[in-house]
Amino acid sequence: MGFLTYLVNGLSLGSVYALIALGYTMVYGIAKMLNFAHGDVIMIGAYVVFMCMSNSGMPAVVSIVISIVCCTALGMIIEKIAYKPLRKATNLAVLITAIGVSYFLQNMALMIFGSNPVSFTSVINWEGLSFADGALKITGNAIVTIITCVVIMIVLMWFVKNTKPGQAMRAVSEDKDAAVLMGINVNATISLTFAIGSGLAAIAGALLCSSYPSLTPYTGSMPGIKAFTAAVFGGIGSIPGALVGGLLLGIIEILARAYISSQLADAIVFAVLIIVLLVKPTGILGKQIKEKV
Amino acid sequence: MKKLNKSTQKLITTLAVIVVLYIVMSIMDGTGNLSSLMSGLLVPVCAYSLVAVGLNLCVGYLGELSLGHAGFMCVGAFTSAFFSKLFQDSIPDVPRFILALVIGTLMAALFGFLIAIPVLRLSGDYLAIVTLAFGEIIKNVINVLYVGVDSNGLHFSIKDQMSLGMEPTGKMLVNGAQGITGTPRQSTFTIAVLLLIIALIVTHNFVNSRTGRAVKAIRDNQIAAETVGLPVTKYKLVAFTISAAIAGVGGVLYAHNINSLTATTNNFGYNMSIMILVYVVLGGIGNFSGSVIAAVVLTMLPEMLRGLSTYRMLIYSIVLIVLMLFNWAPAILKWREEHGITTAAIVGKFKKTKEVR
Repeated sequence: MGFLTYLVNGLSLGSVYALIALGYTMVYGIAKMLNFAHGDVIMIGAYVVFMCMSNSGMPAVVSIVISIVCCTALGMIIEKIAYKPLRKATNLAVLITAIGVSYFLQNMALMIFGSNPVSFTSVINWEGLSFADGALKITGNAIVTIITCVVIMIVLMWFVKNTKPGQAMRAVSEDKDAAVLMGINVNATISLTFAIGSGLAAIAGALLCSSYPSLTPYTGSMPGIKAFTAAVFGGIGSIPGALVGGLLLGIIEILARAYISSQLADAIVFAVLIIVLLVKPTGILGKQIKEKV
Repeated sequence: MKKLNKSTQKLITTLAVIVVLYIVMSIMDGTGNLSSLMSGLLVPVCAYSLVAVGLNLCVGYLGELSLGHAGFMCVGAFTSAFFSKLFQDSIPDVPRFILALVIGTLMAALFGFLIAIPVLRLSGDYLAIVTLAFGEIIKNVINVLYVGVDSNGLHFSIKDQMSLGMEPTGKMLVNGAQGITGTPRQSTFTIAVLLLIIALIVTHNFVNSRTGRAVKAIRDNQIAAETVGLPVTKYKLVAFTISAAIAGVGGVLYAHNINSLTATTNNFGYNMSIMILVYVVLGGIGNFSGSVIAAVVLTMLPEMLRGLSTYRMLIYSIVLIVLMLFNWAPAILKWREEHGITTAAIVGKFKKTKEVR
């Protein structure tokens, strides 16, 4: 039964990773850049939820909606100020700027909220299910997290496949210049991608902190990097890939924590990343991208 | 007399400035005119400068961003401190420190080489994230590593001190999260400056050598470099390994300057890698002297202006973003050209690489 509990916890953590990985994978697919600051948007989102719920006493759903709005705006502002001017610059310049933004958000949060961890009240008020006379407990957090993740995944896949903006996103990710010729507003599409990714980050932040309630300005950076690992694992640019990669990574992490060493769990997760990139750099569901001259 | 070329002249100027600064600092330190805080910073500044020079080789000449240089620094620091501690009583001070230096550097180079083999097949963002992962792995592994020595030899464990099963007379070498304590403090300012000068000469000669020119060619256009028959992987490996080795030297200096060596986020983790990156970007990508200047100024400045230290990290991040936009954004570059604020006017020498699409 212990194994099953770990598995469910792993799925729950993996779902959060998958949600964060979506933000990475969409932005990477469309803007061809690694948005290093994504993990810190999660942290900001979680702080907004915390402020709304614990300080202002708003209900959980309202808090999350406010947080989504804030993060969406934040994501778009970051894109506008820091990334858009560099769209035609080299990858290195964009990457360093993204690291700068990430660092900026962390230190901003550090100044506003302080370095002491705040204890986050779970947004989910549900004891959860209990099977086999309490031997197997599934927390409400885990169930809601997994369901939310799957629902968002399905909606997003439908959105990208069937709606006009979704089709524009796919076109831009395929070929930016050709998309312009087809009359697609590339800037608006990239902004939309950042908006969606950051909105999802807000949800991920609330769910992550519901399961792991200690919130500090550094909360976002580790899950952010791990979620990027998940995105690479599943194949960057692919939405189902983010789900598969996220879930697998969550399970690996929880099992490693339980059976090998809790201190080495992070190291094991990163070792997985290196192995994946060695063996199959395109990830599980990724497509081979040919280098063009 | 043969006329020296421009970059050699620049190197000589830099070295002269470093020597003058060294003499001034030594005299001030000797006559007690330096606060204990400042004199305590002399060796770390050199260590950071070394790592920054190493990273600059990677970012500026290889054109790849490594976020794992704190990891290489960590490898250099821990292997050399381990060696010094292990042979503390059996080898005299001077040869032991030299050996520790060699071992730390070689181990960092070895790790750099090993990590470069898989990593350099990737590029750009992937490379950055894998080096970051590597740095975190190193840090995590060191934090759970317990090593002790007794008459039976070395004992290793990744659980705790008890599971080593040592004799009571045994000596702990690496104590998990508490790291290595009681490393002999042998990094003096003189040694640090000497190593820094050597590193500057080595990097200068490297980037102007045949190999260095090949590395630059690869950075500017990998496909073109491949077309003319350059073994791309080999040159990348060489550059990355040297870069890691220099970071390792910085680690050795750092380790032999403090009493208790631990691996935390601030000294060997992500934060350190970012700090070093700030030095490199601020000093000018591809400009080794600039890295040293930035490292010195940014380490000394917050200590001198006490009030600034709270905002230090915030300012660093803003500096990073603004500098990148100022130097790389096409629109801003155009504006600068129109207003005569060109690259030559700024300390950092930026070489824009044109990407092939």
